[in-house]
Amino acid sequence: MSIERDTWTKPPFIANPALRWAVYLGVIAYFGWVGMNMPIDWERVSEGIGRAGKIFSGAFPPSFERSQLLIDGFLESLKIAVLATAGGVLLSIPIAFMAASNMAPRPIFYLGRAIIIIARSFHPVIVAILFVKAVGFGPFAGVLTLVVYSIGFVAKMLAERIEEIDFGQVEAMRAAGAPYLSTLIYAIFPQIIPRQIGLSIYQLDSNLRASAVVGLVGAGGIGATLANAFGRYDYDFALAITIVIVGVILLSEAISGIIRKRIQ
Amino acid sequence: MTSLSEQFGRDEWARFTLKQRMMRYAILLGCGLVIAWALTSIEVIWPWVWGAPEQIGDLFGRMYPPDPSNLASILAVLWDTVNIATFATAFAVLLSLPVAYISAQNTTPNRATLWLGRLILVTSRSVNTIIWALLFVAIFGPGVVAGIIAIMFRSIGFIGKLLGEAIEEIDKRPVEALEATGASRFKVILYAIVPQVMPTFWAVAILRWDINLRESTVLGLVGAGGIGIVLQGAIDTFNWPEVATILLAIIALVIIGEVISAFLRRRIL
Amino acid sequence: MLKITDLVKRYGDGDPVLKNLDLTIEGESVVSIIGSSGAGKSTLLRCINRLVEPTSGSINLNGVELTNLRGRNLRAARRKIGMVFQGFNLVDRLTVMENVQSGRLGYISTWAAMTRRYPKEDIRRAFQLMERVGIAQYANTRADQLSGGERQRVGVVRALMQEPDILLADEPTASLDPKTSEQIMGLLRDLAGELKLPVLINIHNVTEAKEYTDRIVGMRYGRIIFDDKPDMLDQAAMDEIYAGSPHADRGKAGAT
Repeated sequence: MSIERDTWTKPPFIANPALRWAVYLGVIAYFGWVGMNMPIDWERVSEGIGRAGKIFSGAFPPSFERSQLLIDGFLESLKIAVLATAGGVLLSIPIAFMAASNMAPRPIFYLGRAIIIIARSFHPVIVAILFVKAVGFGPFAGVLTLVVYSIGFVAKMLAERIEEIDFGQVEAMRAAGAPYLSTLIYAIFPQIIPRQIGLSIYQLDSNLRASAVVGLVGAGGIGATLANAFGRYDYDFALAITIVIVGVILLSEAISGIIRKRIQ
Repeated sequence: MTSLSEQFGRDEWARFTLKQRMMRYAILLGCGLVIAWALTSIEVIWPWVWGAPEQIGDLFGRMYPPDPSNLASILAVLWDTVNIATFATAFAVLLSLPVAYISAQNTTPNRATLWLGRLILVTSRSVNTIIWALLFVAIFGPGVVAGIIAIMFRSIGFIGKLLGEAIEEIDKRPVEALEATGASRFKVILYAIVPQVMPTFWAVAILRWDINLRESTVLGLVGAGGIGIVLQGAIDTFNWPEVATILLAIIALVIIGEVISAFLRRRIL
Repeated sequence: MLKITDLVKRYGDGDPVLKNLDLTIEGESVVSIIGSSGAGKSTLLRCINRLVEPTSGSINLNGVELTNLRGRNLRAARRKIGMVFQGFNLVDRLTVMENVQSGRLGYISTWAAMTRRYPKEDIRRAFQLMERVGIAQYANTRADQLSGGERQRVGVVRALMQEPDILLADEPTASLDPKTSEQIMGLLRDLAGELKLPVLINIHNVTEAKEYTDRIVGMRYGRIIFDDKPDMLDQAAMDEIYAGSPHADRGKAGAT
């Protein structure tokens, strides 16, 4: 044995020591400083335990007495989700073509991408508030909101799929002298339709979840029922609604999973 | 020697068999019926719908030009929003570790803990952040505490589920090797399991932070802190130019968040 | 001294995989176990350090009965049994040094393990052993960056870090190319001599068994049917060890 080595330290994750310490100190300083300066009313927070007790004792047992209200709210959510999915999926096809770099000329490409980015940036609840202000309370605002929400996801995924398509087929069609529309139908649609169906089913599931939420700000559906129950301190009814929402979400997740598996 | 077409009894070609085609038409018809049902029974005042494009155009018209006079205070609450998302993600990450541990089949101590873990995951994941926020605003009063806890509750399920799946998918052979050295359970976890799930852990934490940034922009609408409060205020006072500024600020926040998380993902993974 | 008496292992309701097996290993000899797949070689090895629970019988290592140990006592006994695996079983994302030091996990404190502050004498020993097998330059390299032969060397050093009383090797060369596997077999033989360590090797390759080990144990369907010097392993004995299919003899028994 030539040299006796008896020290070893793990090579640090950030090799540069100055940067490493800067990162450590930065993280500590951030959490310390921000943590101290958060606008928190500790007195009010400390009352929380007692209130939690009151809310939970008010919530148990959950009350299914007004089940008609519950069913109506839920059916409205389902309608909102169905219509928004249909509208969103249809609209997302042209937008996806606009936002696919291999299909659209530059200015249109940027426009398509901008639509997608804007649709994705805003949480559906924010979109819902704006639509409620524009078109009034009720399920129509909910449908519009979820159409935007669907475009943000479906158009993005579809645009990515279009960018990946096999251009050999398109060229073969063009070489055979096919007009633009036939090229679209025979060479491009078959490549994107299976993906689009999968995305639609996924989006229906997503929209059903989201429709429960947009109702909280007045866009119809079960969320509106829940917001009302909460506002009137009907915690037992609110719990019943929540249980139904959770149950429906689990069910729809399972169904959508099964369908997507069968399609692929 | 029979020809192929004789063997299979086919001399014509169609893309789908008759049964498949009927199936397709049936599914299409079903979808159409569901949409028709939804369209005809939904409680919508149709004249409003026809007027909607005009109304929406009018709304956006009133937003222009955006009014930046309150930009300083908007940026201040935007910073609060970032802090809510970051703190909530940090707490959720820590709390989701034990949840992931008990909800992974290969590490959970027994069946009772496995079901407890799964119950926590399902509850957390199925209730939306806003609904959690509604509950915690009722408990802790309006403010950032309710917001942080709401986002945390929703994130635990998300992180815990993905992390639990990562634990279930690890290579079991190093675990066996370290058990054979006589290492305690905890040390086996530390040396054989933790290093294997580390990449997933960071990826999931970053992804969730990105999602939480978006979620925290709406907390204020139910009173749970962040930029949503200012947005609600501006909407309630019909101050549309300021609403426009706030919306632009949110877009900027979301895009910056995406850039940062893409950067972290590249550096860490 | 390792003394196995009347060992039985049965998975579920099937025929036993190990049938009333007796085996004694004394001194610092290198012993190889040969036999076709399903003969029970791997199960035998894993019964010794209790990665597999024996159904009945006794396994005694230097006066300690291993079959009824639990918890802390089992872990203490396992520290004294090193094991080398067919698939190396390293933690890919850790450095070679961390993999090597994981052989000491049974000895060091949790805090030292967590912070990677290993005792000085452990680090010294690790560098000595790594130098001995030729991987010292990789101390800071991640394990998944190494070649198969280098990875198996890490596996051997990890086992030796335990300061074991016996070394078990389960098909240590089956994932390696012929040249590398000869190097590993040579290394195991030499280390056994240098460290005065008995080594028990499961092996497929009979040529390597004959060349590198002092004693060959032939197993068939859970029984030892040959146990002698390598020179005594003639064609007749080979035929007997490798004849037939396990199913013919064992029925619906489980895997090895």
